[in-house]
Amino acid sequence: MSVTKKFLYVNRRAPYGTIYAWESLEVVLIGAAFEQDVALAFVDDGVYQLAKGQDTKGIGMKNFSPTYSALGDYDINKIYVEKESLEARGLTLEDLQHLVWEDEDEDWAEKDSIQVVTSAELADLMEQQDVVLSF
Amino acid sequence: MKLSIQVNEGPYQHQATDSAYNFTKAAIEAGHEIFRVFFYHDGVNNGTRYTTPPQDDRNIVDRWSELSAEHDLDLVLCVAAAQRRGLVDEGEQERNKKDGNNIAPGFRISGLGQLIEAGIQSDRLVVFGD
Repeated sequence: MSVTKKFLYVNRRAPYGTIYAWESLEVVLIGAAFEQDVALAFVDDGVYQLAKGQDTKGIGMKNFSPTYSALGDYDINKIYVEKESLEARGLTLEDLQHLVWEDEDEDWAEKDSIQVVTSAELADLMEQQDVVLSF
Repeated sequence: MKLSIQVNEGPYQHQATDSAYNFTKAAIEAGHEIFRVFFYHDGVNNGTRYTTPPQDDRNIVDRWSELSAEHDLDLVLCVAAAQRRGLVDEGEQERNKKDGNNIAPGFRISGLGQLIEAGIQSDRLVVFGD
């Protein structure tokens, strides 16, 4: 399949209240095999999906948050977090996992995957996509 | 135009499945091609033939099956989502040693790759859900 499209996965919900976050991540991981141009966006309560130090023992659910740190290995390195959503929740970049990828073209230099973008910038990014999957 | 549909919510619980059905039907009637309808999350519950709504209500599952029979619609339930929620076809029954199966006519169970492929192959992927 030679067509390459721009896929954006928009994650809008908290990680454990519903299954949307986890099943979104499953699509992202499977989709990685199709070698498309993939980006992820985290908005609203979705920003909590990337929060570091998650502990799910008390609710008896699988803590899937370590999976996000594997995204770089799947060549998924465009992860956009909406600035307004962080601010509304009293969060900063420091509260999120440090996600990185290795740039093959620069001798595997480690680079940050997360970019904090404004709502307006995110709207522009959405405009540029071929496929937007919202979870 | 070539369209694919993604249904993310369960039947009766949420209007998304009704909207998806109405949209799909209208698109076909308007001459568009439906490449695939992909059911994800609780949307897989659209594909159980054990659904028995009261007689004065619409039968959402039968409606999909009939539309599929009429127009050769490809109705796909995500296998991972289906396994979590107890949606089983003959193959899955065999593989997971279950005592029965419940998939409705016209539906098939397959992987998430079918959703990505639908996104690649279609002019538009239309998502129904919250």
